[in-house]
Amino acid sequence: MSEMSSNIILVILVTSFATYLSRFLGVVSSEKIKETSKIFKWFNCIAYSVLAALIARMVVFPAGELAESGIFIRLFVVAASVVMFLFNKKNLVYPTVLSAILLALLNNYL
Amino acid sequence: MINSKYFFQGFKSIKGLDSPALALGASFIAIGALLKNIGFNLEQSIFSTFLTYALPGSLVMAESYLIGASLINIFLAVWLVNTRLYPMTVALMPLLLHKTQPRWKYYLSCHFIAVSAWLIMKGNYQSVEKKHRIDFWIGIGTGTWSVAIVSTIIGFLASDYLNKDMMIGLAIVNPVYFTCMMVGAMKSLQINLSIILGAILGPAFFFISPEWSILYGGASAGTIAYFIGEFK
Repeated sequence: MSEMSSNIILVILVTSFATYLSRFLGVVSSEKIKETSKIFKWFNCIAYSVLAALIARMVVFPAGELAESGIFIRLFVVAASVVMFLFNKKNLVYPTVLSAILLALLNNYL
Repeated sequence: MINSKYFFQGFKSIKGLDSPALALGASFIAIGALLKNIGFNLEQSIFSTFLTYALPGSLVMAESYLIGASLINIFLAVWLVNTRLYPMTVALMPLLLHKTQPRWKYYLSCHFIAVSAWLIMKGNYQSVEKKHRIDFWIGIGTGTWSVAIVSTIIGFLASDYLNKDMMIGLAIVNPVYFTCMMVGAMKSLQINLSIILGAILGPAFFFISPEWSILYGGASAGTIAYFIGEFK
């Protein structure tokens, strides 16, 4: 094995360990938390907020390819997709497929 | 050991009109292409999704590897971005714990905790008796994880054919899917407030600290929403 590829393996192992750690500690904590407790409710709120914060950040301050599109175009595409989702009995296929096409089109022709 | 009826009931969540398969597929195709472009081979790319299975973590890994960051720095950066998995696990596992079920199931299946599987489980756990929820969860997790691995392979192999427009299109699918799932999850005052405040405070904290914005924004938004909901 070359030095380069053993390095990649180490990078992958370190990444997966850093990721599993939070999941593992979460299970350890869960053993003592009842689903009817206040602390469970509080964690539930934080979990939803953290996800909302993560998703909002992906749209407002994206990393990678998405950063090459305009912010108002991205916000428009997300808003249009949510409207489509709500008016199509919460079908997730239409909004996801159309969002990709809409963004690519607006990004090129606007 | 694992009740196959509930396992397959969970596994089937990747089919149907609210399936996460498209969104997960789109983002892991992008990951597969990205890993190829930074010099991973196919086995390494598969190994990465197999072991990590958390999108933001894989992106941070790719960025850090590209700039030649040390292993310690990679560890810290990934740990930080994936710390959100801790409150997510604590908000899920108590719903699945049952004294008749062996502990190893919980410690192994927590690997499947990622946004899509988590949102599906949170939306459906009440339809399954508590005793069988862990097997149902293992089914959901195995299904979504398989989609991620297969998509990584597709992305790796197709990377030469993916142009910039297609990559930008793929990148929006994931946030759109998650936004719709979150809107669908808005069913109580506490959750509604958590989601709306999180979406505002997350980007707001970005101006103070980009690295910590999600945790700061999420923890403060969730705490405010909790107290408003409790004492209203």
